[in-house]
This record gives sequence, C-alpha cells and structure tokens, in this order.
Amino acid sequence: MNKYLLIPLALFIGLAAFLFVGLSRDPRELPSALINKPAPDFQLQRLQEPTKTLSAKDLRGKVWLLNFWGTWCIACRDEHPRLIEYAKSKSLPIYGVDYKYANDTSDERTAAIQFLAEAGNPYTETIYDPEGRTSVDYGVYGAPESFLIDKKGVVRFKQIGPITDEVWYQKILPLAGQLNNEL
Amino acid sequence: MNSKERISGELFSVDLCGSLCLCGEKRCQRIHHRDTEFAQSFTESFLRMYLRQSCLLLVMVCGLLASSTGFVVAKEAQPNEDPQIEQRMKTLTEQLRCMVCQNETLDASRADLAENLRKEIREQIKAGKSDQEIIAFLTQRYGDYVLYNPPVKKTTYLLWFGPFILLIGGTAVLYRYLKNRREMIKESPLSADERKRAEEILNA
Repeated sequence: MNKYLLIPLALFIGLAAFLFVGLSRDPRELPSALINKPAPDFQLQRLQEPTKTLSAKDLRGKVWLLNFWGTWCIACRDEHPRLIEYAKSKSLPIYGVDYKYANDTSDERTAAIQFLAEAGNPYTETIYDPEGRTSVDYGVYGAPESFLIDKKGVVRFKQIGPITDEVWYQKILPLAGQLNNEL
Repeated sequence: MNSKERISGELFSVDLCGSLCLCGEKRCQRIHHRDTEFAQSFTESFLRMYLRQSCLLLVMVCGLLASSTGFVVAKEAQPNEDPQIEQRMKTLTEQLRCMVCQNETLDASRADLAENLRKEIREQIKAGKSDQEIIAFLTQRYGDYVLYNPPVKKTTYLLWFGPFILLIGGTAVLYRYLKNRREMIKESPLSADERKRAEEILNA
C-alpha cells in the first residue's frame, strides 16, 4: 500500500522538475530555422557608399559575423560598445546590416551614418536594408541578432539579442576559430 | 518636470519614446532639465529600467487584453486594398504567430515586425502565391514556431499524442482501481467451516 502512496509524490516531483526547467528558459530564444543552412543571399547598398553594393557571395571563403541593428533599437546601442571592443581584436570581421521596416518612414540611413561617426564603427562594412527584406530573409525578430557564417556561406551560430562577453569569448570566438581551420 | 526648475533657468527637454516591449504601443515621456548630461543619463537609466522591469509585466497585460477584449486592432487602415485579398490575408495571419509578441497572432499584433510581414504576405498574395507557399516562406525563415497549428513530425509527437497517451493511461489506471475496489467490497458469505471457527473465537 505504501508503494502506491509514493506515486503521487513521484508525479509531483516530475511535474515540478518540468516546470522548473521551463522557468529558467527564455521563451524568446527559439531554435533558428537557419542553423546549418546556407545564409540567404542579399545584394544591398553600402550604408556610407550607396553606389557600391555588397552581397553574401562576396564573402565566400571567409568566416564572418553578420550583425543586424538599427538606430531605433535600444538593445543595439547597449551592444555597440562591446562590438567596438571585439572588432579591435581583429579576430573576426563583423558586417553590419542597418535595417528598418518599410512602414517606418524615418531617415534611418542618415541617422545610422551619424551614429557610427559619433559612437564609433565596429563594422568592416555596413549595408543598408531600408525595407527590412534581408532581415525577414534571415528571420530576424529580436534585434540585435548576429549570425556566424562559415567559409562556405553556411550559418553556424545565431545570437538573438545583444552579444555579451560570455557569448563572444565562450561561444562565438572558439567556434570561429574552429571554422577558420575548416577548408 | 517640476515648476521650480522651470523658473530657474534654461531648460532642455528630452522626449523619451520607447516602443513598448516592441509590441507596438509607443509610450513617450518628456523630461526637462537644465543639464543635458543629466538628461542623457536619466534617459539611459530610464530606458534600462523600462526594458527590464516593465516589459515582462506589460507583455502579460497586453497579451491578456489582446486575448480577452480584442483590444489590439491592426494599426494600418487599408481602405484601398482589395477586400478579397485582405480577407485571405486575415484568415492566413490568424493562424500565424507574431515572433515579437509571442502570444499574439500576426493578424492582431501591432509590432513593426508583424506589420512588415502583413505587407509581405499581402504582396505575395497579389503575386499569386498559394497559402502553402506563403506559409513555407515564413517557416523557412522563422521556423515552425510561427505556426499556431504545428506540423506532426518527430519532435512534435509528444505534443500531438501526449494528451491521448495520458488519457489512455489515466483510463487504464482508473479502470484497474475501480475493478480492485469492486472486488474488495464484494460480499462473500462465510463457509460452514469459517462460521464454526468464528463462533469458536467469539464464544471463547
């Protein structure tokens, strides 16, 4: 009889364990549909030089980080000083996509050029996505988002939200080093 | 902010506008101070606090309101759009999740992302894409999580069949329990031997 009394207890512990794990998980972090898939191509104007464009194919053979941001995005401003610091080490080139959605009529380009001039520019190159199409292609929903892309143009890691020192030094850099050794 | 300061010198005013939890509603607050540096640091700390503390609560409140009263109405009016296209878009976006305000549908959400995606879907409908093609477009980019009606596959077996397994298991347990109980309370008359022994014990 005592044996049966333990069943509700076991059920309760199981349920509590499930809920406890659920509590500590961030519902905003979703598995990306893009991991281990080719990075969607783009052909976008450079932010500061509209006559020149940059495409994802231009970066084949390199390991690089693609960072989606905008001057309207508060968390991006929080991340910005760290990106500058990471860029100084020259261990991984960071490419920026300054984006906004089409229904946003503000002059993001001018604002972004000014912001980079004032706050510093961590980006090897920044491109401008005024209708947010590239951001949609990459499934961006919580800016800033960063994608680590390997030499073959495959997305290998994705960070939703600002990159922290922990993510940069413990996840992105080690993985980038590994990817640099791949052929 | 208060009237004393207003009198005593030049004022700088800063408008603080934050897109509330990115869920669409814009909140603004104007602060006044003589010192721009103060204003700036205030701005920063305000925004930080704003993001950390109020966001979760507001997401919950806005989710509740949205679900219970139909409070959230699509921001953009589209009087010039073809009602047929709008209707198709509405039925489609009602089954899709807004990735920013995760408890809202793409149809109901006022987040910038949702508006942008509605525009994209509208354009794809006009371009003659089928509903399946549009849904495939979105799942390729945002994953199955955009679907309120998740597909049946290996990783969702537990989700789909879990409740049925629980139901069957529960019924089995209940059946066994009731059967045991019935046997326990079944009256079985004493045999002659047993009666004799019982009388012996009682009379002893």
